[in-house]
Amino acid sequence: MQLDARIPDGPIESKWDNFRQSMKLVNPANKRKFKIIVVGSGLAGGSAAATLGELGYHVDCFCFQDSPRRAHSIAAQGGINAAKNYQGDGDSVWRLFYDTVKGGDFRSREANVYRLAHLSRNIIDQCVAAGVPFAREYGGLLDNRSFGGAQVSRTFYARGQTGQQLLLGCYQALARQIHAGQVKMHTRTEMLDLVVKDGRAHGIITRDLATGQVERHTGHAVVLATGGYGRVFYLSTNAMGCNVTAAYRAHKRGAAFANPCYTQIHPTCIPVHGESQSKLTLMSESLRNDGRIWVPQKPDDKRTPSDIPENERDYYLERKYPSFGNLAPRDIASRSAKEACDGGKGVGYGGRGVYLDFADAINRLGADAIKARYGNLFDMYQRITADNPYQTPMRIYPASHYTMGGLWVDYHLMSNVRGLFVLGEANFSDHGANRLGASALMQGLADGYFVISDTLGNYLASEKPELMSTDDGAFQAVETEVTERVNKLLQANGNRSAASFHRELGKIMWEHCGMARNEAGLKEALQKIPKLREEFWANIGVPGTGAQLNQSLEEAGRVADFMEFAELMCRDALHRDESCGGHFREEHQSADGEAVRNDKDFCYAGAWEHKGVGAEQELHKEELEFDNVELATRSYK
Amino acid sequence: MKFKLHIWRQPGPNAEGHMARYEIDDVSPDMSFLEMLDLLNENLHGKGEEPIAFDSDCREGICGMCSLVVNGVPHGPERGATVCQLHMRSFGNNSDIHIEPWRAKAFPVMRDLIVDRTSFDRIIQAGGYISVNSGAAPDANAIPIRKEDADTAFEAATCIGCGACVAACKNASAMLFVSAKNVHLARLPQGQPERIERALKMVEQMDAEGFGNCTNQYECEAVCPKEIPATFIADLNRDFLKAAITK
Ligand SMILES: Cc1cc2nc3c(=O)[nH]c(=O)nc-3n(C[C@H](O)[C@H](O)[C@H](O)COP(=O)(O)OP(=O)(O)OC[C@H]3O[C@@H](n4cnc5c(N)ncnc54)[C@H](O)[C@@H]3O)c2cc1C
Ligand code: FES
Repeated sequence: MQLDARIPDGPIESKWDNFRQSMKLVNPANKRKFKIIVVGSGLAGGSAAATLGELGYHVDCFCFQDSPRRAHSIAAQGGINAAKNYQGDGDSVWRLFYDTVKGGDFRSREANVYRLAHLSRNIIDQCVAAGVPFAREYGGLLDNRSFGGAQVSRTFYARGQTGQQLLLGCYQALARQIHAGQVKMHTRTEMLDLVVKDGRAHGIITRDLATGQVERHTGHAVVLATGGYGRVFYLSTNAMGCNVTAAYRAHKRGAAFANPCYTQIHPTCIPVHGESQSKLTLMSESLRNDGRIWVPQKPDDKRTPSDIPENERDYYLERKYPSFGNLAPRDIASRSAKEACDGGKGVGYGGRGVYLDFADAINRLGADAIKARYGNLFDMYQRITADNPYQTPMRIYPASHYTMGGLWVDYHLMSNVRGLFVLGEANFSDHGANRLGASALMQGLADGYFVISDTLGNYLASEKPELMSTDDGAFQAVETEVTERVNKLLQANGNRSAASFHRELGKIMWEHCGMARNEAGLKEALQKIPKLREEFWANIGVPGTGAQLNQSLEEAGRVADFMEFAELMCRDALHRDESCGGHFREEHQSADGEAVRNDKDFCYAGAWEHKGVGAEQELHKEELEFDNVELATRSYK
Repeated sequence: MKFKLHIWRQPGPNAEGHMARYEIDDVSPDMSFLEMLDLLNENLHGKGEEPIAFDSDCREGICGMCSLVVNGVPHGPERGATVCQLHMRSFGNNSDIHIEPWRAKAFPVMRDLIVDRTSFDRIIQAGGYISVNSGAAPDANAIPIRKEDADTAFEAATCIGCGACVAACKNASAMLFVSAKNVHLARLPQGQPERIERALKMVEQMDAEGFGNCTNQYECEAVCPKEIPATFIADLNRDFLKAAITK
């Protein structure tokens, strides 16, 4: 397997322009002759499908929800970064680039990150033109706030629902192209496999979730924008349907999967309430701008928070990280919460929670000001927990939230399978080992609105791929495999539900491959997962038939993929014998518990090649070079 | 807690449906309504019966996927919330709970509690957007927008497209949904050039999909999980009238 990142020449500031000046163009009249498959209608897929449609390509776009507007991007709360420097507080493309590389703990590709920072400004222009109602100041100009570890105010937001507003912007652009006949939208349709022949992607096999029909779709190129795999932990802030299926099946067809162990555990989620819990709810981390995090100093302190005097509280982030305090990056904030709870200082159900307290902010600014900033988040919290955060501190705990790892892509966002492009959270590209707040939305839209249109055009113009007939043997073969797999699930005569297996897998992953990892634990997980997978195939039961809307079948298929994928994730975590960003190996920490990187041995992206289920994957390395940002110890003290 | 559940079962789009009765216990008050249904499904699975099909995804009130009529009210008893945000502590122990799908000609049932809402998508496709291609936008701060207008546009844009408004309306009208999209875009300077045409096209599509007329009953406003005000409908009517006159 060859991994060529295809980074354009020239100084970092001009790489993207250099590429654009030399890229091959598709003649406008020829664009309509190309058929492009876009899987996913979130910020990445939706913006890509709309943009490609506008350019004149014929696009088939797929999502498993009933409408493209419901992709999980809708749930993003906090905001989207852009180096506009509207606040005149010293922001710049360079600074956003630098912050992102540093935030990613020096495990991302410089050239991609620079492009992202550069394009961030165009995203805001595009969204505003499309009618995205970002927050504004009284003078009518756009408002910004500072977010998760940034010392400038560069985050654009729409109250607590930035994701919904951005996605609606994208969805409306997509709707316009559907109306124009440029995009054919396939809702309630799940991609179950990728068709590859001679190292090139030619199409996909899908299942219509309403009728059960298995179908073939051919295209000159396939774009995957299928989101992250955070639900490998079962409990996460991701939506119920989020899955790794599309990306993992592409991996099994030859696409390298890079850095699967880089997962982000978000520090501010509502804690687990019991065994029946199906998902966790994120409280936007913008809350950390005004809320102060603390735990009782004494372990097992059962007093109500108001009975614990100031001098018996430990505001541990402010104590440990005086300059960033409660705004310390996510991985640090999460691990510190775990540490506090491991030390017996946690509060609430199972001792797995810490306080996020607004009392000072309310005293300083008044309850109305806090309401104006976080009203809907406070309501949401109260609805779920029945506690009133204006009166008593919130309880929060980290939860799986985002996955930095994903299919390996080059600078063009193309995987090692030619013609297979991967956008948004599904790729591994821009966030290294840790993503900064408000940067995923930025990446999804940069990929979809601005990068793919150029790089895909370049691919089509320079490689002139053929449109494969769906009667080709390659389609036939893959469809047969898909059907067999579906039938295998339906014919398994066990009595356990997919959800019960998923929960069990999630526990293994959370315990051994979650916020902190170690060699023994990972080895244990690598023993347990194949056993659980065996048990899955022996005891899974899927009621109903394949020729109907069958949610049990959908779920079982996704869990089956997580069962295989989990092993890859643990293998990656085991091999990466260093701590970096969201990947914290307990063996590698400083005396005061900080992550210790090993740049000498691990300054690369680890891209894995599939070698058969249960067989050990083969590691390929893309060495990372830092010519512009000096490799430094990330310090937020 | 324990409950007696009465749930709509319908094997497929063209099949007959009926209300079926189930009992459930071991429900914790902190469970969400959908987690209660998960538990019921887990129990049914254990007995070899087919689980109840229902839609949900984000389970935090933002994606608009969940869509249940609970005791006659779309999204159930809690105001300003979707059914996925409802918790079992809102129900009396041992009570009867009736669960049905959205009912409207334009939202046909696909299976059990799942309906087809693609008619909403087609309304947006007919004109619910601003025509601007990627890459063609001026600087975002080039046009200041009065905060008041931006806030109203935002309020309208909080619609999650769930369809509760239609399910609550005795005429199955989609006017609240359409008016929300109309106000969202009509309040912004960027939305002006296509304003009148947009209203016209969306209303025409709404009629074509078989949604009913609005007779100012305002049940829609009462069940809207995002509390979109019915006053938006008057704005839409004004734009629509202008369109009809100029046409
Ligand atoms: C609760 C929450 C809050 C967040 N807040 C922020 C924030 O404030 N700022 C920020 O920058 N980021 C935030 N993030 C992260 C960010 O929202 C996501 O990373 C981003 O939206 C992902 O976009 P995407 O387009 O890559 O994928 P998604 O939006 O997840 O879209 C995936 C699409 O792929 C489709 N799909 C998936 N699998 C298949 C399949 N097999 N077949 C067919 N279709 C398929 C789905 O239907 C969907 O349309 C948040 C994430 C969560 C969970
Ligand atoms: S499941 Fe998303 S709004 Fe209820």
